[in-house]
Amino acid sequence: MLIRGRYQGSSFFELLETEHPELRPAPRLAGSDAGAALASVPHGTTVLAFRFADGVVVAGDRLATEGHRVAARDLQKVFPTDSHSLIAIAGAAGPAIEMARMLRIELEHYEKIEGEPLELEGKANKLSQMVRANLPAAMQGLVVVPLFAGYDPRRRIGRLWKYDVTGGRYEETEYDASGSGGLYARESVKKAWQPGLAREEALRIAVQALADAADEDRATGGVDLGRGIFPLVCLCTATGVEEVGRETIERVYREQVVVARTRAGA
Amino acid sequence: MSMPFYVSPEQLMQDKAEYARKGIARGKSIVALEYDKGIVLVAENPSRLSKIGEIYDRIAFAGVGKFSEFDQLRKIGVRFADVRGYAYSREDVRGKALANAYSQAIGDVFTRELKPLEVEVIVAEVGDPRLAGHEESLMFRVTFDGSISDHRGYTTIGGGVDALETYLRDRYKSGLPLGDAVRMGRDALVAASNGSAPIAPERLEVCTLDRERVGRKFRRAGAEELRAILG
Repeated sequence: MLIRGRYQGSSFFELLETEHPELRPAPRLAGSDAGAALASVPHGTTVLAFRFADGVVVAGDRLATEGHRVAARDLQKVFPTDSHSLIAIAGAAGPAIEMARMLRIELEHYEKIEGEPLELEGKANKLSQMVRANLPAAMQGLVVVPLFAGYDPRRRIGRLWKYDVTGGRYEETEYDASGSGGLYARESVKKAWQPGLAREEALRIAVQALADAADEDRATGGVDLGRGIFPLVCLCTATGVEEVGRETIERVYREQVVVARTRAGA
Repeated sequence: MSMPFYVSPEQLMQDKAEYARKGIARGKSIVALEYDKGIVLVAENPSRLSKIGEIYDRIAFAGVGKFSEFDQLRKIGVRFADVRGYAYSREDVRGKALANAYSQAIGDVFTRELKPLEVEVIVAEVGDPRLAGHEESLMFRVTFDGSISDHRGYTTIGGGVDALETYLRDRYKSGLPLGDAVRMGRDALVAASNGSAPIAPERLEVCTLDRERVGRKFRRAGAEELRAILG
């Protein structure tokens, strides 16, 4: 919407496209050199999300890889986008983190301009458009496949969506995972998941699933006790987004995951 | 061929100022006060069209006059702040830059256009002693001709500015708790409109910039909450 040549809508993404094209994310890449340059950008690996009794759990490991090398050991892959929603990112780290940041600004911008927040479904749809806008970059290797989750105050449940590179949006009613270790994490959650999980049980499943993914996939970071690096686990419930403390994750990991494994091996 | 009448620049500006003042005086005034945990903005507003709004993490906006005009300014402020915060960092979005931009834009319309904007706005930025370089709270008032002024403690906009200032000058002191600050704001608005009965909570629009909150400091008080605050 343009009035007297100025953008008048409530989307920050469109505002950048029309008035500040120089700041636009996902620059249109061209030329044959692009492919070679893009092979070495850091990639984020495993994230997962599933529903539990009070809402939804979103978790991710901390490793970023550049080919066979470690790019970062403590990358953040789960981001709150507003008081009641989260995005978890896997794929090319640069554009993925940018997309998470952009979604947060987009939701906040809409809320400020319009005076009320978008519905959860509307937020999920907005992300769909952003993933679609990233398609030209995805064709050249900068694939971003996020998970989006949040608490729906009208239905009083946690909800989650997965995306494909074309911006396809699929609501999952139980669980999903994404990234190079996503398959293993998903299988792990699948075995343990049931409707109406309690909070403590949900934490165990999330930490267990990321440990399983790290066990099978070399690009997924496991718990690094030496450096004190643990997966990032966030909960989204009626009261809002909450990051689970490091001490809690460490306790769950030591008491549930390590003990179970040691017993199995003994 | 008819010659246009000669109008002296003084006369032209005076006419415009009078026109704008009249428009602004038709609406209710707004008062912003510093309290012990931040800044509170109080307006008499029985409608659901807001006069006070969130601009950014620590910045709020309030406008009086013609709704369509100041609401447009509010949206421009949100766009200005979000683009700046996206291009630089969230801490680089400052109230002073925004108030200056408003001053330029409103002043430009006043001098160039036939019809001036019938608006006055407040830009308030809450400070936090724990944030280096952002310790002090700032309040700016921009009037219909683009004049900008910087205020400490409290500031007011609207047709009743003189009466509000007189009321607050003797009574305001720093470090007020929220309840006292809101009551003082409400009583000032009553005094400025020559009323006697206090304004009912349903007719008040109260928003705070509370430095104790995490992230976005802006908060709109609901009717229930407002009743509790006013006691």
